[in-house]
Amino acid sequence: MFELFSYGDAGWGDEILRGLAITVQLAIVTLPVGLFLGFLAAAASMSRLLPLRLLGFGYTTVMRGLPEILTLFVVYNGAGLLINAVLQWWAPEAAPTDFSPFAAGVVALGMVFGAFAAEVLRGAFQSLDSGQAEAGRAIGMTERQIFLRIRLPQVWRFALPGLGNLWINMLKDTALVSVIALDDLMRMTKVAVGVTKQPFTFYLLACLIYWAMCVLSELVLGQMERRANRGIRRA
Amino acid sequence: MNPLEILAQYWPRLLDGTLMTIKLTLLGALIAALVSPAFALIRVHASPMAQAPLRLYVSFMRGTPILAQLFLIYYGSGQFRPLLQDWGLWTFFRDPFNCALLAFALNSTAYQTEILRGGILGVARGEIEAAKAIGMSRFTALRRVVFPHAYRIAWPALGNEVILLMKASALASVVTVFDVMGRTRQVFSKTFDFSVYLWAALIYLCITAVFVLLWRQAERRLSRHIGARHQAPATVQPLKETRA
Repeated sequence: MFELFSYGDAGWGDEILRGLAITVQLAIVTLPVGLFLGFLAAAASMSRLLPLRLLGFGYTTVMRGLPEILTLFVVYNGAGLLINAVLQWWAPEAAPTDFSPFAAGVVALGMVFGAFAAEVLRGAFQSLDSGQAEAGRAIGMTERQIFLRIRLPQVWRFALPGLGNLWINMLKDTALVSVIALDDLMRMTKVAVGVTKQPFTFYLLACLIYWAMCVLSELVLGQMERRANRGIRRA
Repeated sequence: MNPLEILAQYWPRLLDGTLMTIKLTLLGALIAALVSPAFALIRVHASPMAQAPLRLYVSFMRGTPILAQLFLIYYGSGQFRPLLQDWGLWTFFRDPFNCALLAFALNSTAYQTEILRGGILGVARGEIEAAKAIGMSRFTALRRVVFPHAYRIAWPALGNEVILLMKASALASVVTVFDVMGRTRQVFSKTFDFSVYLWAALIYLCITAVFVLLWRQAERRLSRHIGARHQAPATVQPLKETRA
């Protein structure tokens, strides 16, 4: 039975590893995109300007309420239509192009991650000790200095557990891109199933690989949390 | 076509899909809600050895994509077709709706078990001792003291879980269940009109919004005795929105 998973032409080991590589790539590329969007949305929802606050609130509420697969389809089909419309207007004789599934995956998963991360970051900023910012003001720091030297370094500690959960969720959500034909772990498993006719074996293998990635992430995150809290006295 | 024409032409399908999404979500959540209290009690009281299988189950369900779980059940059952036919279970596994429901119920059971475990652990020790002191049996104490309290503590988290399940139910469209997402993809492949996706988004947001309102109403009812004590002046004022 193990020759099924062997490397090379006889087994499916190399195909599945290639899929796994795409899944990991997708998750790693999405993370900074999602964090960036999350910071933007958190800044917007804590802004002094009402329109910005409404924008931030609207983005986080809508994105968190929609199924991830719907967001993915909206981005994949919608961006494709948009690009082709722009292309038609810009260069009418150009052939229509497709939005790459990888890019669609990064944008869609990043948007979802960003919406949830915004809430985590907002909570982290609000749980900072306000006395420290006041102390900074009292010794004459500018608001910019207070933000960069006092608030931002500490947000990490409060935000890390929440962001860690989001990372694990996002890692699992990458399985959705198989539906828009990106050759990730899930889709390569499907290909293997199509040839070997052993769906249970291969889907169980895929599940075990995802499970291993999540457990590994949890271990690393636990380590990071311990490190982030190393200077904190336990109550 | 403009968005309104799409809606005018295809609303029966979208309505049908909405009912399917609601059915799938509520049935899945309900089945999980029937099983999870017993599991949560095991997670709180049983010996570590007895808990091990349950912990493994919860970890697996939380550590793998729901899509993979769904495929494992729907496509994976095909590998055991002769066996399942012998047992008379094949008609169950052949239907994508049943497989989706089973996957969602199994997944939600894991999450609800952990949420409820947190709730049970949150019940004040003194109340359980008081129940023992006035001679309640273990079962009566669970029914009248522990679970009412645990559910009140766990209520908001359970609501979140149902919303997550509702979002996950859109995955059923991948195995050809015609829920909102399934109907939307069907209409899109016919018309190539993007606006149908926006209608689907609106439907999902509406389902979530209605659910959140109902769930809060229930939460207020569950904790009305607390509200009456802590907000004594509120009885004089007209009862308005007490929660943001």
